This record gives sequence, C-alpha cells and structure tokens, in this order.
Amino acid sequence: MQSSTATASFESPPIDAVGVEERVARLCSRSIKKDAKLRALHLTLSMIDLTTLEGADSEGKVRQLCAKALQLHAALPDLPHVAAVCVYPALVGVARRALEGSGINVASVATSFPAGQAPIEIKLLEVQKAVEAGADEVDMVISRGRFLAGDFTYTADEIASVKEACGEAHLKVILETGELGTLDAVRRASDLAMRSGADFIKTSTGKIKPAATMPVVLVMLEAIRDHYLRTGEKIGMKPAGGISTAKDAIRHLVMVRETLGQDWLDPDLYRFGASSLANDVLRQIVKQRSGIYQSFDDFSM
Amino acid sequence: MSERRSAAAADRLPVLKTHKVYVGGKFPRSESGRFDRALTPDGTPIANICRCSRKDVRDAVTAARAAQAGWAARTAYNRGQILYRIAEMLEGRSGQFEALLAAGGTAPDETAAEVQAATDRLLHYAGWTDKFQQVFSSVNPVATSHFNFSILEPMGVVGVLAPESPLLGLVSSIAPAIAGGNTTVVLVTGSQPLPATTFGEVLNSSDVPGGVVNMLTGRRDEMLAPLAAHRDVDALLLCSPDPDVARSAEIEAVHNLKRVAVRPHEDWTDIQSPYEITDLQEVKTTWHPIGS
Repeated sequence: MQSSTATASFESPPIDAVGVEERVARLCSRSIKKDAKLRALHLTLSMIDLTTLEGADSEGKVRQLCAKALQLHAALPDLPHVAAVCVYPALVGVARRALEGSGINVASVATSFPAGQAPIEIKLLEVQKAVEAGADEVDMVISRGRFLAGDFTYTADEIASVKEACGEAHLKVILETGELGTLDAVRRASDLAMRSGADFIKTSTGKIKPAATMPVVLVMLEAIRDHYLRTGEKIGMKPAGGISTAKDAIRHLVMVRETLGQDWLDPDLYRFGASSLANDVLRQIVKQRSGIYQSFDDFSM
Repeated sequence: MSERRSAAAADRLPVLKTHKVYVGGKFPRSESGRFDRALTPDGTPIANICRCSRKDVRDAVTAARAAQAGWAARTAYNRGQILYRIAEMLEGRSGQFEALLAAGGTAPDETAAEVQAATDRLLHYAGWTDKFQQVFSSVNPVATSHFNFSILEPMGVVGVLAPESPLLGLVSSIAPAIAGGNTTVVLVTGSQPLPATTFGEVLNSSDVPGGVVNMLTGRRDEMLAPLAAHRDVDALLLCSPDPDVARSAEIEAVHNLKRVAVRPHEDWTDIQSPYEITDLQEVKTTWHPIGS
C-alpha cells in the first residue's frame, strides 16, 4: 500500500469544459468515407468487447454470444474477430471453454459490479475467482462514494490491491463517469487509476446514463496522453455504454487518432464496450461493399 | 390610402416558403442541403422544395421501421379513427389545397371536387380498417384434424412511388397502405409536390404517429433505386404509367424478394377498393391441432 503516499502528492490539471466541448464538436465534424471508412469499420470490429451483463444471463446466452464472437457474420468470412467477450464472473468458465484457442480474450467484471458497494475482502475474492476461472481481463469498478467524499487514498489503495489480485490478468478500471459529476472529477479519477496500476481506464458500467459521452472520453484520452508523456507508459482506453452506431465508433477513432496518435488505434490499447455496436458495424460493412442498405433482420443477435 | 397600400405591395419581396419534408413525425430539410424551385406551369416560382438524397431515403426507412410495430399493434378501430381524423383536418384546410392545386395547373372549377374526392377516399379506407380482416380472412377446410385458418398481416414498411395526381392520387396510394397497418416511405411527384408537403402538415396534426407516413420530395430517379433495393423495405407500391420505371424498380426489388404492386392509372377518380389494402397484406395460415 505504498501508493497512498504517491497519490497524495499530485494535482490533476483543471478542465476547461467549454474548450472540451468545442474540441469534440470540431473532431465530430470530420467526414470519413469510402476506403478509410471501411478500414475504420474493420478496426472497430477488432476493438469490440462483446458484452452481456444482465441478471438474466445464462450459460446458453453466453455460449451464443461466444458463437457470435467467433463468427460475426457468416456471409463475410474475412472479418477480424472481436477483442474479447465480457461477462459476469460466474460465467467466465463457460466463455473460456467456448473461446478456447480462438485468440479472443475473456473479460470479466468484478468487485461487486456495477455498484461496487461490498467489503474489500469480497471484492478481492471475486477478482481472484474470476482469474482462476480463466479471465484474461478484469473490469473493476471504483468506489465512487469514497472517491466523491474525497477519500482518494482509499480509492488508490483499492485499485492497487485489485491489481495485485489480478496477477497476470489485465486490469481495466471503470470510473463510472456518469456518477462523477464533473470533468474535473473524471480527470482526477483517471490520473488516480493510472498511477495505481490500471492497464486500461474505462468510462462506465453501461448501467448509468450518461455513459461514454464524447467530452468525457476526450478528457480521459488527454489524461492518458499526459501520463504517457510523463512516464512513457501506454495506458489503454475503453469507452463503454451508449456507443451503438458505427458512426459514433468512427468519431471515437478520430478522437483517439488526434489525441493519442496511431499507436492507440490497436485492440491492445483501445476497446469499445458494447452489445449492439457490432451489428451496426456489420450492417455498414455490407452496405459499403454491396451498395445496398441493409436490414437488421439479416444479422444474428 | 389604398393606392399607397398597393404600391407597397408591389415593392414587397414575396416570401417563398421552403416546404420541408415529413420524416419521422418531424419536418427536417434534406440532409443534402439541396433544394429546388417549385414552379407554376408558366414558370413562376412559388416555393422552395427539398431535393432529397439516398441518405434521406435511408433515414426515412429507419423512421418507418421504428414506427411499424407500434402502428400495426394499434387496434384496427383506432387506425380507422385516425384516418377519419386526417379527413377532418383535410376538409378544414380545403381552401388551401384548392389554391395549391390551382397554382399547379388544375382547372379552377375542378379543384374543389379533387379535394372532396381525396377527403372521401380517406373516409372510405377509414371504414375498411376494421372490416377487411373479416371479409378476407378464412377458416379453411382441411382433411386432417387441424383447425386451419388464414389471416392478413401488414407487409411492414412499404415504399410508395406516388402517382402524378398530386392530391387524390397521393391519398389513394397512402391510405390503403396505412389502413392495413403498414408504414410508408413515399416518393412524392416532382411535377406538383406542394399538395403532398402540405398534406404532411395535415398528417402531423391528425394523431398519425410519427414515422407512419414519411414523404420525400426531389428527383425521384435518384431516390427510387436505393428505396427499391433497401433490404429493410418489405413491399413496393409503384404508381407509374411508365412500364420502364416499374420494371427498373422491380429489378432492384429482388434483393429481398419484395412484394411489388404496380398501379399504372393516370385517373384516380375510381381507384378505391379493399383490394388496394389486401395487395399490401401477407396471408398467414395457421394449422392448429385439435382432437379428432
């Protein structure tokens, strides 16, 4: 728990909210067409964490999702596969077996997702169980209550101990920006997470609106950039929740390219947490190749 | 005094209304930003109209698809009420429609009859909404121990190439489609689009849910092919006397095996019957096992 002293000694820069909005609006006006659009769509597919996080999830549902991850669209065999399948800890084993040897990672939410209101011992045990069951990546939630109360040391320690419990598994830290209130808080939470051992920072659980809005993502990307310039360490980014169209996804890619550069246009450093995005991207790819507008009826769930 | 007033009127610049399109219950401009002048037969500009693109077609189909399930789930009786309401609103604005028809070249002594015929046509289909099912459904005699029956279901999203007849033809093509629970994407005639865009304003104030009727103006040769090929459109109603237009659309329609109905009429005075509804319905037959 040395991190507590380290985190106490930094200040996050203040965020100019109006400036962020303007920057986002300018980046959103870019027009990506034809070949560049097709490449962006393929890249988007390879960055998707195909996600199901419902109380009603069953083994069958997860197996079906894994089947979709393995073959996104039967008519297009040359597509890249998605980056990962993201499930609850209890279903990690099912996903692991279904995806064995495919190169697709299994991600698991943990630490009492989505609220994070559980004793730390239970959170750590959950992480440990998820990793034992075969999770390659762990998505944790921070304790927003403690963070908002100003208890940054607790938050930093919590992230550091979850990182320790992860072992080899990659750690994504969910800030749940919809509950943080201000962009300043988002920036502070991002800096805190990166300094405490996060491999990825992630916007949201997907259970709260607003989720991955463009301004929030830009602030987090800038935090990642500053962290990289300071330490040389490349932290990944995962917007999640509310990104359901190919158009939105391409806007995100433009923002990443302009903020962090080409290196981050890679599934190892950028992910989309989404459930319905993949089908819209597929629809656009088929449209782009055939010239004919497509129906959702033609794509599997 | 009156002299001064008329002098002022002569100096005044006329305000040309931009007739916006009707999509998803809203009145957007074309996403392309393009527009055309609507002209009287002698070439005087009387309004601006949007020249829609294939992307407007795409957006209209999205709106129609979103509205379809809800519209089909309304009771047939309620759809009849709403069609009747459109007729009421049209009647209330008959003067405006007569003026638009006259400006478009309809003989002045025929405009009133045309608006009345369009209003009556809406009443006709308002009456049929909760009756065609009884007439055209059937319980079928079968040789096995099954209860076998056929009912009609709406096709879904119907693409309509509207007739040249600017009001009566337009109403006669849309009303039977929506009476049966379909939603529509209508490519309005290019020669006289103003009655159609104004009819959009009537629909918007008639309890018609947004997206049930979507009307696009512009050059139909650039919009018909993407509409006919669109895989989320379930049927086409092609109201054109030109066999080449219908044929080219039918070729595009094979991608998802759309139902295609062709209406080559130029005079729409007598084109009303429940078969106009059933042509845009799919028959569903159910075999229900029963004890012997």
